[in-house]
Amino acid sequence: MLEIRNLSARVEGNDILRQLSLSIRPGEVHAIMGPNGAGKSTLGNVLAGRPGYEVTGGEVLFHGKDLLAMEIEERAREGVFLAFQYPVEIPGVSNMEFLKAAVDARRRHLGLGELSSFDFMKLARDAAKRVNLDQAFLKRGVNEGFSGGEKKRNEILQMMLLEPSLCILDETDSGLDIDALQVVAAGVNAMRDGQRSFIVVTHYQRLLDYIVPDHVHVLAAGRIARSGSKELALELEAKGYSWLEDEGV
Amino acid sequence: MSELINELPPASVQAQLLQVAEAQSVPAWMSSLRLAGAREWRAAAWPDRRTELWKYTPLAALRNRQFQHASLSQPAWSATQALNVDAIRLVFVNGVFDASASSPGHAAVVRFSDADAQQQALIARHLGHVATTTRHLFASLSNALVADGVLVHVAPDTALDKPVHIVHVAVPQAEPVVVSPRLLVVLEAQAELELIEQFVSDTQEQNGFVNSLTEIHCGAGAQLRHYRINLEQEHMLHVGGVHVDLWRDAHYRGFTLAEGSALKRIDYQINHQAAGASAALDGIYLPRNRQLLDYHTNVEHKAPHCTTSETFRGIVADDARAVFNGRIHIHPQAQKTLAELNNRTLLTSDRAQIDTKPELEIYADDVKCAHGATVSQLDPTAQFYLRSRGLSAIQARSMLSFGFINELLQAIEQPAVREHLHAHLQGLFAEALPGTVTNP
Repeated sequence: MLEIRNLSARVEGNDILRQLSLSIRPGEVHAIMGPNGAGKSTLGNVLAGRPGYEVTGGEVLFHGKDLLAMEIEERAREGVFLAFQYPVEIPGVSNMEFLKAAVDARRRHLGLGELSSFDFMKLARDAAKRVNLDQAFLKRGVNEGFSGGEKKRNEILQMMLLEPSLCILDETDSGLDIDALQVVAAGVNAMRDGQRSFIVVTHYQRLLDYIVPDHVHVLAAGRIARSGSKELALELEAKGYSWLEDEGV
Repeated sequence: MSELINELPPASVQAQLLQVAEAQSVPAWMSSLRLAGAREWRAAAWPDRRTELWKYTPLAALRNRQFQHASLSQPAWSATQALNVDAIRLVFVNGVFDASASSPGHAAVVRFSDADAQQQALIARHLGHVATTTRHLFASLSNALVADGVLVHVAPDTALDKPVHIVHVAVPQAEPVVVSPRLLVVLEAQAELELIEQFVSDTQEQNGFVNSLTEIHCGAGAQLRHYRINLEQEHMLHVGGVHVDLWRDAHYRGFTLAEGSALKRIDYQINHQAAGASAALDGIYLPRNRQLLDYHTNVEHKAPHCTTSETFRGIVADDARAVFNGRIHIHPQAQKTLAELNNRTLLTSDRAQIDTKPELEIYADDVKCAHGATVSQLDPTAQFYLRSRGLSAIQARSMLSFGFINELLQAIEQPAVREHLHAHLQGLFAEALPGTVTNP
């Protein structure tokens, strides 16, 4: 469902991704690990179309379509979802209004009708419950005054409502205590349905105790230095990342 | 009045508008105020770029039109922006009272032309006395043109059971007209009032000039909630002023919102006349296209233990220009003053402009004052965030713009005003950004 071929990208004049290739089939969970600065977050941002991330080579096919040619919102409507490492606070815009606009945009794209306010409220309340977020958060400004954990749960809530086919979690575990981590992981696991695919970007192995990946990739210097099964993550946890360099990978 | 006109160059705006005054016929009891106004108006130096109070707001738009006094026949109109609220309502069309659109009369609200001797005396005592012309040149024009107006008089210890809602509808006439709406509010001690002033125009292209003046006297312990909303079509010219005197422990809570037009200038002059008075004023300005919108506020702290809190936010779009000047003047005797002034402007295009100047003048040593002004653009990270959830670029911009002012809208206490503006402004942002509805 996602085919990344020789992807190179640059941020502020620095080459970050260097001919990275990765293939993801429906239903798979891929963990991307690696040291700081390896390009982990860049990969997610490039896939989502973030301005300032300049693609200098390669291609990305998403369900057979040229992802890199699409506008940011088209990618989202096609089913790409990036859970932000730092979700943005938008005072004055109600979370509920924002969520409904997002869900309506996706539904229109899929040829489904917009939901009535009533049906949407029901859906949103239900999702909030599942990520253990009080209903009051739906009425507040988008992420306004949310704690770190609340912001991350709000990301998962959006993911549940939008039902994307590719979910990219960008260091979703950073800044989470163990309870919040379990809530987030449970939300993600509930969405694993054999069709939906995940890219889980993380610095630590801890998250992968809860979201068990099918594949683990180690990113170093802008490309995949090593791939393996979930045991690779444990090995990394034990040895750190420096052994990669020692092995001259 | 003719001898006053003769000394001015005949083509000048000043002379032209005095001719309008001369053509009016008015009750004799108003003539001294009119004459004093005409004298002041005639003697004033015409503002230009060197005039500090008009530095950023050229008055050229006034010069090119030959204004007439609004004709007395009742023009037809349809204004969709008028607010639907259960209120004591008075509707004026180009300054002419429209009884059919107004609610039945109320003892506390009277037009000057219907005032009895006692009410005339009350009007004469306050009219032109709350307003000062020092910083508001057009108040003298309003005095020169005063012919009718509305008096709202609330007796001591009394609260009206409904808000008073005054609607001014502008409609274009064959010859451009000048309309000079006048409102006098007298709240006696401990009186309470909710007041909504609304300026709208019908859908046709406007050619008129509204010079509005509102004077408010809040007696000891009186409380006023005042909404003043300018939603006229963009060719309208509007110069308006609100002057408020606050006496001991009086409380004024104001909200003002304006869309821009070819020329729109609004002055607020708030005077803390006695100890313990407090004023809170929120404002929103929304010029777009090639519009100009200028807010000048001036708060005079003349007594100790008074409080001022002022928040203005604006969104300037397209090629529009906005001016905000917020002055707070704390006199030597005004110890223990608490005053804060905050102004934030969002520019949504590279060509939009704002000239903002908060001014604190403090002559007392035991006061707490703060002021600040920021100018920003739409946050690109927030835009990306919204678009990454499937919202179009246009939708994202409109949502972020609305969010910028929504906090002030949500703080509006009167539900009818809040809901009306919420719906109207959401529509405005969607309309300003074509494609939001049809091609999201």
